[in-house]
Amino acid sequence: MSWTGKILRVNLTDGSITEEPLNMEWAQQYLGQRGLGTKYLVEEIDPKVDPLSPDNKLIFATGPLTGTGASTSARYSVITKSPLTGCVACSNSGGYFGPELKYAGYDMIIFEGKAPNPVYLLVEDDNVELVDASDLWGKSVWETDAAIKEKHQEPLLHIATIGHPGEYGALLSAVVNDGHRAAGRSGVGTVMGSKNLKAVAVHGTKGLKVKDPEAFVAAVNAGKKVLAENAVTGEALPTYGTNVLMNIINEIGALPTRNAREVQFEGANEISGEAMHRPRRSDGKPNLVTNQGCFGCTIACGRVSKIDPTHFSVKDKPQYHIASGGVEYENAWSLGADCGVDDLEALTYCNYRCNEHAMDPISVGATVAAAMELYEEGVIDKEETGGIELKFGSAEALCAAVDAMCEGTEFGKKLAMGSKRLCEHYGRPELSMTVKGQEFPAYDPRGIQGMGLTYATSNRGACHLRSYTVASEVLGIPEKTDPLTTDGKAALVKAFQDATAAVDSSGLCIFTTFAWTLEDIAPQIDAACEGEWTAERLLEVGERIWNMERKFNLDAGITPDQDTLPKRLLKDAAKTGPAKGLVNGLDKMLPEYYALRGWTPDGVPTEQTLQRFGLA
Amino acid sequence: MELALVIDPDKCTGCRQCELACSFRHTGAYNPSRSRIVVFDFHTKGRFVPYTCTQCDQAWCQQVCPVEAITNENGIKVVNEAICVGCKVCTIACPFGTVNYDPQSGKVIKCDLCDGEPACAEACPTEAIVFTDIAVQGYEKMREWAERTDTGPQASA
Repeated sequence: MSWTGKILRVNLTDGSITEEPLNMEWAQQYLGQRGLGTKYLVEEIDPKVDPLSPDNKLIFATGPLTGTGASTSARYSVITKSPLTGCVACSNSGGYFGPELKYAGYDMIIFEGKAPNPVYLLVEDDNVELVDASDLWGKSVWETDAAIKEKHQEPLLHIATIGHPGEYGALLSAVVNDGHRAAGRSGVGTVMGSKNLKAVAVHGTKGLKVKDPEAFVAAVNAGKKVLAENAVTGEALPTYGTNVLMNIINEIGALPTRNAREVQFEGANEISGEAMHRPRRSDGKPNLVTNQGCFGCTIACGRVSKIDPTHFSVKDKPQYHIASGGVEYENAWSLGADCGVDDLEALTYCNYRCNEHAMDPISVGATVAAAMELYEEGVIDKEETGGIELKFGSAEALCAAVDAMCEGTEFGKKLAMGSKRLCEHYGRPELSMTVKGQEFPAYDPRGIQGMGLTYATSNRGACHLRSYTVASEVLGIPEKTDPLTTDGKAALVKAFQDATAAVDSSGLCIFTTFAWTLEDIAPQIDAACEGEWTAERLLEVGERIWNMERKFNLDAGITPDQDTLPKRLLKDAAKTGPAKGLVNGLDKMLPEYYALRGWTPDGVPTEQTLQRFGLA
Repeated sequence: MELALVIDPDKCTGCRQCELACSFRHTGAYNPSRSRIVVFDFHTKGRFVPYTCTQCDQAWCQQVCPVEAITNENGIKVVNEAICVGCKVCTIACPFGTVNYDPQSGKVIKCDLCDGEPACAEACPTEAIVFTDIAVQGYEKMREWAERTDTGPQASA
């Protein structure tokens, strides 16, 4: 309680499926999901393993609160060694898949080896089998989802799957469940494809019990009240989604624009959360249909949109005239501001396509942005792009480039390897806006200094979700810090990293932390799970996870000199806005950060630090 | 005054807190597959619809039960588990599909309004499900439409 206490081990090479007890000693040290899944990974694979070889493993892991009545109890993570970064990969998703796995009776599934032919795993409570997926290979997420439900005559299955790009080796491949919720980053879908594993389909009917039902309900209700009364989780997110940030971040001059050449986008308002509510000129209807909650979520930030059926991207394509996942802030930025495109309908189309074919829209947009700069610099031409006039600001070019990736054209396949490999291929590595091979998201570290350290030190390559200091630096949560200075940011980043690692291991959504602190979360875990769980203990678990991930990366050969940022952010000052004249001051933050972490000045955890967390 | 569950799908976000709360109240475990209320996800339309027993006045389930296991308790049609023989005739009779057989107990299950304090309504974060006076359930909707009423001259095309 509220772990199920069981895991599934699926050897794809020989087709064997075994049930094992969950290692409860590790559960007490690593909680679940991100922490516990990563613990299994680092114990079971050689850190130097080729991520796309059968020796890599792929883990679907839930948290102890996944599937319980706690608000936002939808989460699960896909954990593996990333082919995009070479680091540990851990991508988190919502929807309904994670809880369903718990109801089937499992905390985790560990996939090993490689299937000789395409397969999918079917889990219906105790009935677990590998099913031939030859007829699904090449099919999209949406087609696969429908086909599996049809085949088993079971509409209640929840399905996590890859699309065509994950099969052809695109490094930007995600795992998408429930049609449009993604374990998006670091190429976790590519690893799934390399194992000939098309999908995981789950339906469960077993109940989940908690340790102290009365205390749990009280803690959960108290938590829900805090979420409902908070301005961000109770109002801004349900109304405008994460894209409420577009105008705010643009205003403070931290919206990377045209491959981060600039920090403010003149078209920001056109692609904002507010714009999604406005009636379109064409048909008088807004882009947004409704908001949606993932399982158990009382925030409901999810966007469900409908594209204008007369828009050039979907004209004569009725399959896209449906309601589906609309743009979130990150992908509205990557496909929009970063490509200089202010056409909300085009962005929505590209987002549909990323969901339909399980690609990470952050990396997809940021890679197209890099390609646009290569095009404008004359490094690549129309012949190279397969006829696409790849100019910044062109919605047509953006859609064509995303289509090329989905279809796997010659140029599309180059794009789908991510901007690092793309820019290296064309001899301009400095145009790739990546850290450790992963594209950075929607916050410019010149305008939000702490995010520079966040990107540089994230254990999965550039990422906002490892320490979202935007909360403090921009929104004043838990307290306001100045986004333009580096002072105090090392401690801020460390605190966010540790707390986030704990939340990511619980089964809850990190968005709760706009309103909740660990003091709100600990009583929920404590009432549900064996052991005594306090905020202090969760923080310790988080720090243990962070050091475990760091150690894995170092052992994998990811050297600390890669804790850096693209030169553009360190050398080219912001041209406009409040951050005008500023570059990111990473060199002022990094040494202090290493020291606070108990690492050597070279960025390696000391023996003492490792011992403190039982990692030596 | 008769209270009933009033459902407004326009307000539903598909979060399933109602299913969680219902199953927890009735089984002591979080288990949507045993919830008496179900949220249907019409995904491509962007519409979520919670659906459960409406407590028919002349209840088909009650009328067909051969052992009189379903009784009317102040308007609530309640399955008496000690009497129910699991024959499932009520599941056939119910035109709405809201009475269902539960393989785990061998009895039928349906919404019993939680003895007057429905857990689903309590858990719903958006008031898509409310427990309210059935006689005036349309009041808020009437008010919304009333506000839009415009008897002024219509603009000509």
